[in-house]
Amino acid sequence: MNLLSLIFIVSASLIFTGIVIRTKSIFSGRKGPGIFQPLKDIFRLLKKGSVYSKTSSYIFQIAPTIYFVSILIGIFFIPFGNQQGIISFKGDFVFFAYVLALGKFFMIISALDTGSSFSGMGASREALFSLLVEPAFFMLMASFALLTGHTSFHEIFSSLHFGSYISYAVGILAAIVLVIIALIENSRMPVDDPKTHLELTMVHEVMVLDNSGFDLGIIQYASSLKFAMYGAIIANFFLTPGYEWYFSCAIFAGSQVIFAIIVGIVESFMARFRMNHNPQYIFTLTSVTLLIFLGVLLILGKIG
Amino acid sequence: MSLIVGIPVITILSILLLTQVRERWKGDVALITVLLNAGLSSYLAVPAIRGDSFEYIFNGGYVFGSIPIRVDALSGWFILLMNFTILTGIMYGRRYMKHYEDKSGSINKGSKNLTIHFASYVTNHFAMIGIYCVQNSFAFLCVWEIMAITSFLLIIFEHSKMETLKAGINYIVQSHISMIFFFVGFMWVNSFTGSNDFNAITQYSSSVTTSVSFLLFLCFFIAFAIKAGFVPFHTWLPYAHPAAPAHVSGMMSGVIIKLGIYGILRILLLIKGDFLSMGYFILVISIITGVYGVMLAIVQHNLKKLLAYHSIENIGIIGIGIGLGCIGVGTGNTYLIFAGFGGALLHTLNHSIFKSLLFYCAGTVYQATHTMEIEKLGGLIKRMPRTSTLFLIAALAICGLPPFNGFISEFLIYSGLFKGINDVPLSPLAFMVGGIIGLVIIGGMAMLCFTKAFGIVFLGNERHELPSNIHEAEFSKLFPKYMIAGLILLIGLVPQIFIGVIAKPVSLFMGSNTLGTRPEEFTDVMQYVSLASVTFILLCVTMWYIKKLTTKSAIIESSPTWACGYATPSPKLQYTAGSFVRPFRKLIRPLLMMNKKEGEIKEIFPRPIHSETHPYDRLEAVLIDFPLMQIKGFIGKFKFLQNGNPQMYILYGVAFIFIILLIPIVINAWEFISHLFHQI
Repeated sequence: MNLLSLIFIVSASLIFTGIVIRTKSIFSGRKGPGIFQPLKDIFRLLKKGSVYSKTSSYIFQIAPTIYFVSILIGIFFIPFGNQQGIISFKGDFVFFAYVLALGKFFMIISALDTGSSFSGMGASREALFSLLVEPAFFMLMASFALLTGHTSFHEIFSSLHFGSYISYAVGILAAIVLVIIALIENSRMPVDDPKTHLELTMVHEVMVLDNSGFDLGIIQYASSLKFAMYGAIIANFFLTPGYEWYFSCAIFAGSQVIFAIIVGIVESFMARFRMNHNPQYIFTLTSVTLLIFLGVLLILGKIG
Repeated sequence: MSLIVGIPVITILSILLLTQVRERWKGDVALITVLLNAGLSSYLAVPAIRGDSFEYIFNGGYVFGSIPIRVDALSGWFILLMNFTILTGIMYGRRYMKHYEDKSGSINKGSKNLTIHFASYVTNHFAMIGIYCVQNSFAFLCVWEIMAITSFLLIIFEHSKMETLKAGINYIVQSHISMIFFFVGFMWVNSFTGSNDFNAITQYSSSVTTSVSFLLFLCFFIAFAIKAGFVPFHTWLPYAHPAAPAHVSGMMSGVIIKLGIYGILRILLLIKGDFLSMGYFILVISIITGVYGVMLAIVQHNLKKLLAYHSIENIGIIGIGIGLGCIGVGTGNTYLIFAGFGGALLHTLNHSIFKSLLFYCAGTVYQATHTMEIEKLGGLIKRMPRTSTLFLIAALAICGLPPFNGFISEFLIYSGLFKGINDVPLSPLAFMVGGIIGLVIIGGMAMLCFTKAFGIVFLGNERHELPSNIHEAEFSKLFPKYMIAGLILLIGLVPQIFIGVIAKPVSLFMGSNTLGTRPEEFTDVMQYVSLASVTFILLCVTMWYIKKLTTKSAIIESSPTWACGYATPSPKLQYTAGSFVRPFRKLIRPLLMMNKKEGEIKEIFPRPIHSETHPYDRLEAVLIDFPLMQIKGFIGKFKFLQNGNPQMYILYGVAFIFIILLIPIVINAWEFISHLFHQI
């Protein structure tokens, strides 16, 4: 069975948010909660009752479930070094991106379902930002499809190896782009501040303003899962297929922790952008991925 | 043979019957006719799609010459997908039209209108079967014209409304512009080969240079592109679709614009030339079409107009598939041919089903609320839960999200594009990267658009006082929609069987290459897609049960929406469609034309002010309105001729006859004089 990556990602997700919060508190000179505190919060939420708005319909009730499952299915595609994901086929990253979009679609309409003006605002932003970030992810995958000659996560990552200087540059750029994509997809700084207390400036948090109890719990856990999932994709760049598997395990754990710390550092030292500057910022990502694509063309000797 | 004759005979008999029967039976007569015609044509199409094509030479007498009737796999595919939508269209339409039956005071007037409507519907079906079968240019033009006129009659059903009539006239004028290009194309071929058979196109184009055959292709492409709605030939579409009754809009968007796609594919099969540059051309125009279509769809305020712009977007996606396939033919890459043409064909089917479903749902909403203004609707999911859910399914499908059918065809095109960047040289590669970015952006914008459409129309609270008697549509209106939703899920969940079905039509495009094991390869991948989709649904169900189990003892309450401390939330506080897309609108402002009317805020205690925005199509303003204005200005100079004086008109007639008579005399005189000069 190829459950390895699922097990690793799920276990990484358990502590991911904890590490982020811990990093932030250390940088702001506080002791901060333990790294399992977010997990405990989620457990508490899961057991609680919920309040549903009179305005909302069944969409609001099923949306968190679908959102959560969409991320779980996304994780099924992530390979672990030589080990392929639970499901793997040619072009699986298209399915990956689209199934995540399905989850987002439901979250957006569930925000509109509450009839709250704040939720609608968040929904509008979420829809716009995810529309803008999508090309970056696809161009990144296109670059690696071109570099390796394969079109599935597993084949791409198992045949990926860096040789020349340009390829190192490409690899590092790609990792940076993925970190930024992960930050945007999770509505973190600098696009959105999850800890803000002004509804007008929120994106994701304001969409789930009306969710409570079990639903809120799985939405929050889904966010950790999503982080760990992107962390796993980034880790795959550095895994060493062909070597012993325990090397991979150590590298995987290491890159997840480093990724979490980076997120924490970014959130400690960066301010949130003005909302109307976000589209530019996100769209710049696509041009960076085009740069990666050009780099790959150079490596392959198709141009230059 | 007798089968072919059966279709026009049934159609004529049914038109005669329609004039005689009582009003409430008219819909049923039309339904039976459509069933019979669909059955007969499917009887030819089903073997054709399996590779057993049908050919019969019909003697058209002195005028037409011999009319070859060929039903190959491509025609078969289009006939089958057309039959499905036409059938669900009439099943829904006969219930939809009940609305118009008893309203008219005089029995005759309303009844005649309905007769013409249903007669046009069955004739339209007959004409479209003709378009898919006939391969004689003259006969083709005839059935094409019948199709254009009957669909014009279908559009202007509510002809008492000025807007409807204008939309209809816009449509018929643009249809006839496409007719001009047909004439040019067919006469061009005919003048060199002397044959009206479609095969003459192959014969002619293989005898000329590639640039000439590209020009010929361009001529046919424009003719069909006007019907299909490729940008910049799309301007009739956003008027005609909203004006027509819902089932006709669904049928037009699902089937009639697909005639253009069929035509382009047919011409690509017939023509010989440089497929690479044709592929580039189609790819570029399709990306523009897709992006432009969805961009304008987002800012629309009218639900049906929004859906109409989405048809343009989907034509773009189909076009990207066709362009990819052409590049495959040009580079001899069978993977690209299969993914491109296969994706295009499957998306044609997919679009025809989910778009017709969306239009039928919009029709139900219209009949319940009497408005299509998105901003005025809201909260319909509580009053019409089934219609809302059906709309949601179709909306998810049109966004290309798994596990629905739209994803399958987009996935095929994507896999072709991603595979393509590995296999092809640099210049097609650049186009493919464009294709990937285009498709991704289209997908993202479609999501923005349909979260807006579904979220504002069906969710939240009513944004405007709606009639109090809104209720769910009756079962006979819902049944055709269930049929469509079933097919959407079937394609989405078991796509592998449809790969087998499209293998034969796609193999026509292979030319000298063979299909090889491509269908098996794609079936294999699709099996995994299907597995992933089914897993997704199963996991959702499992998760739902886990939720139910965990929260069994928890207290579930209901209360007003949390308005951040504000105690008296009102429906007016809800986010509107305009504000939902505002950030996007700001982003693409240079490409849009928003006519904005806004009152100024004056005084210390301002009075209520109104703000109106009317999105307008910039391309239409540049390409249609501006030239029209110029022509009008020029023709206006001759207004003095039309002075309303009968004597003057008679004088014009006399002058005309005099000039006509003069021409031979002048020519003769000229010849005589030149003869004289020669002698000297």
